[in-house]
Amino acid sequence: MSARSIIRIENLEKLYGMGEIQVRALDGVSLEIEEGEFVAVMGPSGSGKSTLMNIIGCLDRPSEGKYYLDNEDVSTKTKVELAHIRNRKLGFIFQSYNLLGRTSARENVTLPLMYNRDSEMTIEERKKKAEEALDLVGLADRIEHQPHELSGGQQQRVAIARALINNPVLILADEPTGNLDTRSGEEIMALLHNLHAQGRTIVMVTHDPEIAEHVERVISLRDGIIESDKQNGKQAVKELREGVHA
Amino acid sequence: MKPQEFLLVAWESINRNKLRSLLTMLGIIIGVSSVIIMISISAGTEATISDQITSLGSNLVYVTSSMSRGGAMAMGPGGGSSGGLVYDDAFAIEDEISNVVGVVVEQGATDSVKSSEATLDDVEILGTTASFPSVRDVSVGNGRFFTEEEVERKSKVAVLGYDLAMELFGTTDVIGEVVTAGSTRLGIVGVLEEEGLKGDTDFDARLYTPVTVVFQKFVDNFFARIVGDSIRAVYVEIDPEADLDNTILQIELLLAKRHDVTLDEPDFSITTQGDIIETQESTTAAFRSLLGWVAGVSLIVGGIGIMNIMLVSVTERTREIGIRQSVGATPDDIRWQFLTEALLLSLVGGLIGVVAGIGGAVLFGAVSDMRTVIVPSAILLAFGSAAVVGAFFGYYPANKAAQLDPIEALRHE
Repeated sequence: MSARSIIRIENLEKLYGMGEIQVRALDGVSLEIEEGEFVAVMGPSGSGKSTLMNIIGCLDRPSEGKYYLDNEDVSTKTKVELAHIRNRKLGFIFQSYNLLGRTSARENVTLPLMYNRDSEMTIEERKKKAEEALDLVGLADRIEHQPHELSGGQQQRVAIARALINNPVLILADEPTGNLDTRSGEEIMALLHNLHAQGRTIVMVTHDPEIAEHVERVISLRDGIIESDKQNGKQAVKELREGVHA
Repeated sequence: MKPQEFLLVAWESINRNKLRSLLTMLGIIIGVSSVIIMISISAGTEATISDQITSLGSNLVYVTSSMSRGGAMAMGPGGGSSGGLVYDDAFAIEDEISNVVGVVVEQGATDSVKSSEATLDDVEILGTTASFPSVRDVSVGNGRFFTEEEVERKSKVAVLGYDLAMELFGTTDVIGEVVTAGSTRLGIVGVLEEEGLKGDTDFDARLYTPVTVVFQKFVDNFFARIVGDSIRAVYVEIDPEADLDNTILQIELLLAKRHDVTLDEPDFSITTQGDIIETQESTTAAFRSLLGWVAGVSLIVGGIGIMNIMLVSVTERTREIGIRQSVGATPDDIRWQFLTEALLLSLVGGLIGVVAGIGGAVLFGAVSDMRTVIVPSAILLAFGSAAVVGAFFGYYPANKAAQLDPIEALRHE
């Protein structure tokens, strides 16, 4: 029996109108990601990976093609529906953490719960759930700290706790270690691998081949199309480095 | 989000920028407090006026000489038969018109008044008749007012206003004393109660003496022998049950006949208390609408201040908006967040304004001569206006925030 499909993308196109000139950011991308996969998306700037991530993250809509998230066609949803989908099915981890300033770690983690319309949780229950999530990422003793009182690695862990709080089907990480020193970066990657081991589905954009090496599947984009899609991270990175194309 | 969470988020945001929030609210605070202070002043003024009018009596009409046919000029040599009101007109009104309860004539002069203790210059010496206390509704404190006989006999008697008695003698217990008004010695027969200001008239500073004495001693007029003793005014008290307009018409016809003028070009004019009330009410209404405009403008300025700061806030917090959108905030969530903040700013400002306005009105009433009356509906009006202003001027920035593109917002530095 085949695993549950989390992402199914068919002939995705995205055009940006810039006056007379139209930029084709995605030019027919098809892709399937199943539950429990850990996928790295690589590619130079202008390759279309940001556009792809935005569409996968339901922050943007494709011009052409279909996108099924968790077997639901989301390519034609309205802004409001996309907001609900982001809230319930997706968890974002950003390069620059994107925590609310002057707001405690707990309140940051509670944020997705506040926008969850289906949730019947009381404010007290949310607090408790946020504290548990912070405990899971090893920040039980930093609950009341504000972002400026936390190190970069700690801030990113708050962001991960926030991404997990609504129990999403997919975690999207955009250069999660890009702003971190090596040690903190390793800690964050260990945390992500740990989540993967627990069965989480993760799609991560990275520039860093060393990080991509440890990921089981690497998708490489160039000029709006998928250049390669390898099931072995090490092999994929090696080929990319050597400029050997399939 | 739950409503209380919107409130909490808005409150925290206001609290985070205390000084800025306070400055933003300043326009609303000034607007609301000025509405309350101004309405309380105008309500106080109205209350004062209506008290005065009540004390004057509403069934009193006031007949004066008018200058339309020469008036005072006609008093000069060859001035013709018309000389405005004369003393006999008053008797005619009293005798010939049925609904008249009392008539008082007034003719004044200004002269020095000397007592054994003090000399005062420029005292108003009011010549009048015996029914002055009842028609003008004043009371005699000590002694009595002079009688009709004394008026007819041109008796050299005087009744002092309260303040005048105090200034001349330092006491009101002065019956039997003598004052010298100009060169005329007058025996004091009474002192009025302290009456204060009624309308524009200070009853307490005057010396009252029979009008015949004034004709004889103070406005010695050569022409009086030909045209009669001229008088400044006649106060006519009309039976409260009687038809006021009809009685006035009768007085007009009588005077026109006596003066040989037509009603189209009378040489006198008749004013009722109703006329005075109308004039004063239209004055206060104009004053009030001016204040209304001032307050309205300051509320609008306050609203623009809120809009300005909310727009700055939306720009500054673009990234925050993007973060909220990425975790699932809908455009409505964002709109409500900023609208709640604008509303909260204006309501907190409104509340401070209400407190400042009430305090200001009470303080103003205490330190100035003007009376202030706190009007509860004005507080509601001012507070309500603040809320409307907040919602109106908060909507545009909130809507702008709601329409931000999440990708752009997240990229914003």
